[in-house]
Amino acid sequence: MSRELTYAQAIQEALAQAMEADPNVFLMGEDIGVYGGAFQVTGDLVHRFGEDRVMDAPISELGQAGVAVGAALAGCKPVLEFQFSDFATLAMEQIVNQAAKLRFMLGGKVNVPLVMRFPAGSGTGAAAQHSQSIDAWLAHVPGLKVIQPSTPHDMKGMLLAAIDDPDPVMVFEHKLLYKTKGEVPEEAYRVPIGKAHVARNGKHVTVVATSIMVHKSLEAAETLAAEGIDVEVIDLRTLRPMDTATIIESVKKTSRLACVYEGVKTLGIGAEISARIAESEAFDYLDAPILRLGGAESPIPYNPQLEKAAVPQVPGIIEGLRNLVTGRT
Amino acid sequence: MKTPKTAKANARPFYQKHSAAELKEALRKMYLIRRFEEGAEEAYMRGLIHGTMHLSIGQEASAVGSTMALRNTDYITSTHRGHGHCIGKGADPKLMFAEFFGKEEGYCRGRGGSMHIADVATGNLGANGIVGGGLPIAVGAALAIKKQKRDDVAMCFFGDGASNEGAFHEALNMASVWKLPVVFVCENNKYGMSVSTERSMSVKNVADRAPAYGMPAVIVDGNSIADVAEAIEAATEHARKGGGPTLVECKTYRTRGHSRSDRNRYRTKEEIEDWKARDPIPHFEAELIAHGLASADEVTAIRVAAEAEIAAGIEFARLGTDPDPTEVTRDVYSPEAA
Repeated sequence: MSRELTYAQAIQEALAQAMEADPNVFLMGEDIGVYGGAFQVTGDLVHRFGEDRVMDAPISELGQAGVAVGAALAGCKPVLEFQFSDFATLAMEQIVNQAAKLRFMLGGKVNVPLVMRFPAGSGTGAAAQHSQSIDAWLAHVPGLKVIQPSTPHDMKGMLLAAIDDPDPVMVFEHKLLYKTKGEVPEEAYRVPIGKAHVARNGKHVTVVATSIMVHKSLEAAETLAAEGIDVEVIDLRTLRPMDTATIIESVKKTSRLACVYEGVKTLGIGAEISARIAESEAFDYLDAPILRLGGAESPIPYNPQLEKAAVPQVPGIIEGLRNLVTGRT
Repeated sequence: MKTPKTAKANARPFYQKHSAAELKEALRKMYLIRRFEEGAEEAYMRGLIHGTMHLSIGQEASAVGSTMALRNTDYITSTHRGHGHCIGKGADPKLMFAEFFGKEEGYCRGRGGSMHIADVATGNLGANGIVGGGLPIAVGAALAIKKQKRDDVAMCFFGDGASNEGAFHEALNMASVWKLPVVFVCENNKYGMSVSTERSMSVKNVADRAPAYGMPAVIVDGNSIADVAEAIEAATEHARKGGGPTLVECKTYRTRGHSRSDRNRYRTKEEIEDWKARDPIPHFEAELIAHGLASADEVTAIRVAAEAEIAAGIEFARLGTDPDPTEVTRDVYSPEAA
């Protein structure tokens, strides 16, 4: 049975099903108990599972991340909610030096089966320290897996896969997606980590998009379809490990590549995708330079017009893709 | 030899609680640690091993006095100066040497080296190259223990320098708020690399920081194994019974420099010599003999056996298998589930 859920509800359902299935799974974070989470993702889970499994923690991001690592080493499966992905910067030591490296450093003798959830992205007027997209930072670290589901369906299935995973999985959730709706099966299903999804088939240009930019790219594609430009949209879904094969196949078909993402453009995920195509057999198929549409070289501003200007928007994506396909600059 | 009952009856609780065999095992471990580190240092000088290492020579009483209260299912988190904790918790020196030599036979298959040695099978969750890195990890392990309704503990080793890291304060607060079975063992050796505690701390003792988190704290002579063990055993029992965390501060000293690059410009020869005169090993030996728990001959035999074990360990490591360079990414991730 499938029914419509919001992205936030899909997360909550995955968390509940994971906790029902495995007593080792527990949630930790700031204000995730009776408050229900800053974005109401955990909602009333504390009433269903109790305070021991939906744990409100002190405002100690570094400490919480370390507690998650230690609990994971000792047999638990912690799912840690950061109130904003920006606060990962407070916990980088534990994420990058400990969670990501312990298995490797100890010669494969341990696993660190934890999940960290990061509400990310701009568009809420929360300004520079509550709106960043730092997914590519963490995707740079071997030992971490980084996912960015864009639909309620993928969110539930990938979160359940993340909780099953024996390695640390970082989940980036765009805040503007929380209220978006989609069909979600009731049962506990898995969507594999590391597999991209072709969200729209097309033949003139390949767009590799992440998170909310998948929806913006699909919207742009509809407009361009009316002009006879047929856009293929790939939802990358996982930043690390990246599904390069799906992108290569698509570019060989369309001969054009655009990368659309909210994180800062320079040294972002678009650079990596472009490089992988440049290094692959798809390079010979390219009929045009690769286009990157990423976040501005600035922090996220407060003013709503500036805030919109700081990340790719549908009109800009339409223009960029149109120029890419028609050869105009 | 027979233990004269009167001698032991007059001794402090540590010597009454433990059998002569347990105490001699503790001495053996202290010798193993000392000779392990001397052996590692010599191997480094001879160019047999590379990188760096942080020696704990002079701190053996706190390592062994702490870990002797533990069982295999208890956890420890250790530090960059962690060889003693590792041996104390039960690791095999030859597999530690193999790790130093970067061999597949090593505890971390040559991927970790001195700073990441861990014998997971004995509950050692790892030495740590990040000052303060192990503190919240120990709290997490203790949280798991509590959730799993076990009566184990997590023992967290850290230094005076780590108590200046935010992780220390976050970890102590969480352990106390959640009343978790953690024993925080601070090995205060007076210096965070070159900067003294007087220059880096606004309080005299690391233990002075515990009351801010509602946590009991004790200060002990870290060069007296009896002093350390009595405090640790009480803290461990308290934690096992659900009483929550304790901080034990062991005042001690590393007679070697911080690492291989240290030229000892920040402390005097007199200070080092003064602490060498308080070497925990001869101190423990003298007490064992005074209480009639070991003879001078037995002490010598323990030392000679430790030396032989270390020599054999170095030879084992030297002949170990070098990792295959094509396997550089092995164990970054777990194998794909079937």
